[in-house]
Amino acid sequence: MPVIELSHLQKSFGEVEVLRDISLSVDKGEVISVIGASGSGKSTMLRCINLLEIPSGGAIYFNGKNIMDKGLDLSEYRAKVGMVFQQFNLFENMTALQNCVVGQVKVLRRRKDEAEEIAREVLSRVGMLQYINAKPKQLSGGQKQRVAIARTLAMNPEAILFDEPTSALDPEMVGEVLGVMKSLADSGYTMIVVTHEMSFAKDVSNRVIFMDKGVVVEDDSPSVIFQNPKMPRTKEFLSRYFSC
Amino acid sequence: MSTMSFFEKVWFLIEQYYPLFITGIAVTMLIAMTGTVAGFLIGLVVGVVRTIPTSEHDSIIKRALLAVVRFICVAYIEIFRGTPMMIQAAVIYYGIFMGVDININIAAFAIVSINTGAYMAEIIRGGIISIDKGQTEGAHSIGMTHRQTMTSVVLPQAIRNIMPSIGNEFVVNIKDTSVLNVIGVAELYFQSRSAAGTYAMFFQSFTIAAVIYFILTFTVTRILRLIERKMDGPKSYVIYGSQTNPAAEIHIDKGGV
Repeated sequence: MPVIELSHLQKSFGEVEVLRDISLSVDKGEVISVIGASGSGKSTMLRCINLLEIPSGGAIYFNGKNIMDKGLDLSEYRAKVGMVFQQFNLFENMTALQNCVVGQVKVLRRRKDEAEEIAREVLSRVGMLQYINAKPKQLSGGQKQRVAIARTLAMNPEAILFDEPTSALDPEMVGEVLGVMKSLADSGYTMIVVTHEMSFAKDVSNRVIFMDKGVVVEDDSPSVIFQNPKMPRTKEFLSRYFSC
Repeated sequence: MSTMSFFEKVWFLIEQYYPLFITGIAVTMLIAMTGTVAGFLIGLVVGVVRTIPTSEHDSIIKRALLAVVRFICVAYIEIFRGTPMMIQAAVIYYGIFMGVDININIAAFAIVSINTGAYMAEIIRGGIISIDKGQTEGAHSIGMTHRQTMTSVVLPQAIRNIMPSIGNEFVVNIKDTSVLNVIGVAELYFQSRSAAGTYAMFFQSFTIAAVIYFILTFTVTRILRLIERKMDGPKSYVIYGSQTNPAAEIHIDKGGV
């Protein structure tokens, strides 16, 4: 059974149809890169999966259960599907440690000492243990993003969604974040990554999805997408992308 | 008496009537302080209620209920911001509290609280909507509910940011309690007028009052500034893992605001 399955997903903002008819199934341990031009609906698709946007049509299944059913415990679901944002969205009023503790205590009802223990573990995993007392304002972009990844990891998610995690970073900080993401991929996390980092898509992910104008144009292995794309639109996008 | 200089008259008034001024200070500060705190709490509730998000997916009952509560909140804010506190004091004291045996200072506290609450509600709403949407999304993405997001993430930042405005309200209240003399509250202006009356030393007496008002408001703004600094926390942080070796306690100062 796939971990996440989208079935004829649609999303409109007023008159504008951003997602037209997306069907997609994600198996456990898969690392999927989603590529495509700005405005193609990549981020909206991720935000629908986390229910930050309410889909206008279709269905999303998580371990076989429709997450749009009335009876769904939204908090429990969101804790299981982590999300990492382009703008980090760390809690500005808390230290790195507190950022990783608050969700565990409030949502998972873990004891505070237990939560702090786990927070230290995940922060050390992303190489940020030294900075547990720092506030987001005192950290660089790459450091913030690593703390944000740790905050998600602390919730023991079954899948993690990355929404352009390196797009807001200075070039020299992209590497440290991609490094962390690669290590997560290697240890078997299920990941959907919206990205403009073609090297990540090519080398780390085991599936690449090319989106254009709200539909999935091509869905294949990285080698096929990057060396032998079947669809003309994919070709066109990639040639434009690599020529500049 | 008429041969006395300005300062001699001032000194004369102080010597003669200092208990009046001191009572005035006490009443003014008590009403301003309690009224500001209570007004803040009223404003917090109203501001939070007004920012509860609704979507078309909520039940019709929830949406209808919220619409009614919101209407009451808006009516309250508009009415109490749109009329002078002096009139509110007179209407409430002579109208609503008529025939009720109520301590005048408690009536004054109630009036100032309700009046301040209307302003605070808008200040707090402004503070809440000024917090980046990303903070809320970050909290929602790990499963925090709206209530948890508000109490742990949004309100602590919003309240920090609106501290200068809260300070403004406090200062305004110290001065504006003077209008409560219309219902006979023995605050500082009321006492100064009493002190001035017998010897017709209006200029001198109100000069004393002006100086006292300034000292009160200036002291309060300084104290609030200290509280703001306290809320900001330390500008540096300690590198973790340095407990065993004091030399490793490097303080990194990236100069927060």
